[in-house]
Amino acid sequence: MERKKTNIEDIDRGIYDIKDEFTYKYKSDHGLSREVILEISKEKNEPQWMTDFRLKSLEIYNSMPVPAWGADLKDLDMDNIITYIRPNTEMKHSWDDVPDDIKNTFERLGLPQAERESLAGVGAQYDSEVVYHNIRKELVDAGIVFMDIESALMEHEDIVKEYFMKLVPPQDHKFAALHGAVWSGGSFVYVPEGVNVDIPLQSYFRLNAPGAGQFEHTLIIVEKGANLHFIEGCSAPQYKVNNLHAGCVELFVKEDATLRYSTIENWSRNMYNLNTKRALVDKNGTIEWVSGSFGSKVSMLYPMSILKGEGARSEFTGITFASTGQYLDTGTKVVHAAPNTTSTVNSKSISKNGGHAFYRGLLKVTKDAHGSKSTISCESLMLDNESKSDTLPVIELYNDDIDIGHEAKIGRISDEAIFYLMSRGIDEEEAKAMIVRGFVEPITKELPLEYAVELNNLINIELEGSIG
Amino acid sequence: MSKNLLDIKDLKVNIDDIDILKGINLKINEGETHIIMGPNGSGKSTLAYTLMGHPNYSIEDGEIEFEGENINDLKADERAKKGIFLSFQYPEEIPGVTVEDFLRTAKSSVSGKKMGIITFKKVLKEKMKELDMDDEYASRYLNLGFSGGEKKKNEILLMSVLEPKLAILDETDSGLDVDAIRIVAEGVNKFKDENRSILVITHYDKLLSYLKPDYIHILLDGKIVKTGGIELAKEIDQKGYENIKMEFSN
Repeated sequence: MERKKTNIEDIDRGIYDIKDEFTYKYKSDHGLSREVILEISKEKNEPQWMTDFRLKSLEIYNSMPVPAWGADLKDLDMDNIITYIRPNTEMKHSWDDVPDDIKNTFERLGLPQAERESLAGVGAQYDSEVVYHNIRKELVDAGIVFMDIESALMEHEDIVKEYFMKLVPPQDHKFAALHGAVWSGGSFVYVPEGVNVDIPLQSYFRLNAPGAGQFEHTLIIVEKGANLHFIEGCSAPQYKVNNLHAGCVELFVKEDATLRYSTIENWSRNMYNLNTKRALVDKNGTIEWVSGSFGSKVSMLYPMSILKGEGARSEFTGITFASTGQYLDTGTKVVHAAPNTTSTVNSKSISKNGGHAFYRGLLKVTKDAHGSKSTISCESLMLDNESKSDTLPVIELYNDDIDIGHEAKIGRISDEAIFYLMSRGIDEEEAKAMIVRGFVEPITKELPLEYAVELNNLINIELEGSIG
Repeated sequence: MSKNLLDIKDLKVNIDDIDILKGINLKINEGETHIIMGPNGSGKSTLAYTLMGHPNYSIEDGEIEFEGENINDLKADERAKKGIFLSFQYPEEIPGVTVEDFLRTAKSSVSGKKMGIITFKKVLKEKMKELDMDDEYASRYLNLGFSGGEKKKNEILLMSVLEPKLAILDETDSGLDVDAIRIVAEGVNKFKDENRSILVITHYDKLLSYLKPDYIHILLDGKIVKTGGIELAKEIDQKGYENIKMEFSN
């Protein structure tokens, strides 16, 4: 029987929860030390500047406090996290060469099938290393580079050195510093000037090892007038110990270029997801974020757009679904740093069965950004009385020649709406599901199709048997 | 004699411990059109919601029988499946759910048969044409941003697609202009046949001239105090409810 894709820890997360036996080629000791970092760097055969960068980041990490706002992180003990686990394989360019257990995991997650049907290239990371990377030949011929970041460090060292952690420096916050010290895996994408990639590229990050951390780095450069859609997926099976994800995404969108970055995050509910994502957008360029946060125990995630060039645009579409035992602190930050820049934020959250969804947003308009425009809408829906929802949009303005629209709504599912639907012959469970699906519809239609289907399944399963 | 469809026996309903309906008796046979008139606060909408099964309206006493079966404890969706329909005075807005998708789901549910997308599209298009509704309504979100008149028309559309045995129209004429009333009335008349019954709740007689009712009931303070023919509506129109109130205040 085919297993249902679900992600409910307290019911059955189905395929996401299938664990592979924990085997590895190399793993670092628990915790964080100079020695651990030197080992990681040596394992990877890195240039000296990168080793130095890691050590510098470690110093910064040690000197910075754990953030005192947002999520409660006191149960996250770095001494118990394994920072580096090399899986039992080298990186392959054909699924046939990937060891069976790892390949089967990605088969269950539907990645090779998606690659055949709807993607132009795929990267697959398993624990700390990328185990598979492939890109269609015509894209390579067009000059597009899509590879794991370790290979990029060998083959395109100049570019990596120029951009790596320049947008998210290790000084940014404690977990950015941690990332700088122990980063491993991730994807590097370079789209040359004027090239349109009309089918998406995807990277999938799977964390299989218990008590481990995943620290992948994604670096994307879209040159002048080029166009790309990049999809990022993440998941992990459920363990009793805490896992940590502190990835970093740096996106450079050049003049007249467009980048859409879609993420579906489906971590298990023992995961601390402390991820940093940032885009720098040049003149008339566009960044579009599509962000779905469904998993993890704790999330702190606020993709940031810096609109640096005149006429730059950003669009953020986000959905967060918090259920039992989940505290999901998500949102977005936009900095308007040039004239006539535009931003749109459309965020929705659902909380249920004691889940807590917190929207945290920042809109900053610098004194040069006259003629800019921003529209922000955040809506929250709570499905019962145990669940919580908060909205904290912060607006900082340094000039007043701007146009801002802001709307925030927090509500519960309405009994009158349920009755209205039931009076047309629809049962209570379906009526609720219909209202919730309708609530997220503006987001679902932005998601890649298979994720839209997945989201609807998730809603149905979350609501099954929830009628008291 | 035609068969009995709805039989309300000594129905008493309260909300938050306040008695609203104080013993309603009403029989509706197949093919009949009944009108309930009454001033604001007399319990008209409570009666409509109670018949549809709103959970906040608790039946203290009495019985609602539909086709000979007691339906006091049935939920709204179960009543809908039996063939009861309520056209809401204030239809709810449901963002993200299109009129077409919603109606197809509802139709499949009340009829117990899955409806193909293409077959259903055809049926819907026809019904919309009858009501002088533009095709684009089908892809709009249910009642969202509809004007008062559009919402009422949409309720009549739901009725004509779902084909219930008993349609309760709660203040369907309020908020409609003359043309819209005519179109809605035509829709109701098209729907009506020898088996289907209609219960209209109103406090004006705007719809009445189109509908040819069989009975008019006057509801005052939770009780039906007078039943008659169309002449009763004319009397109310001319003299208001005051005379009747006086008559029954002692």
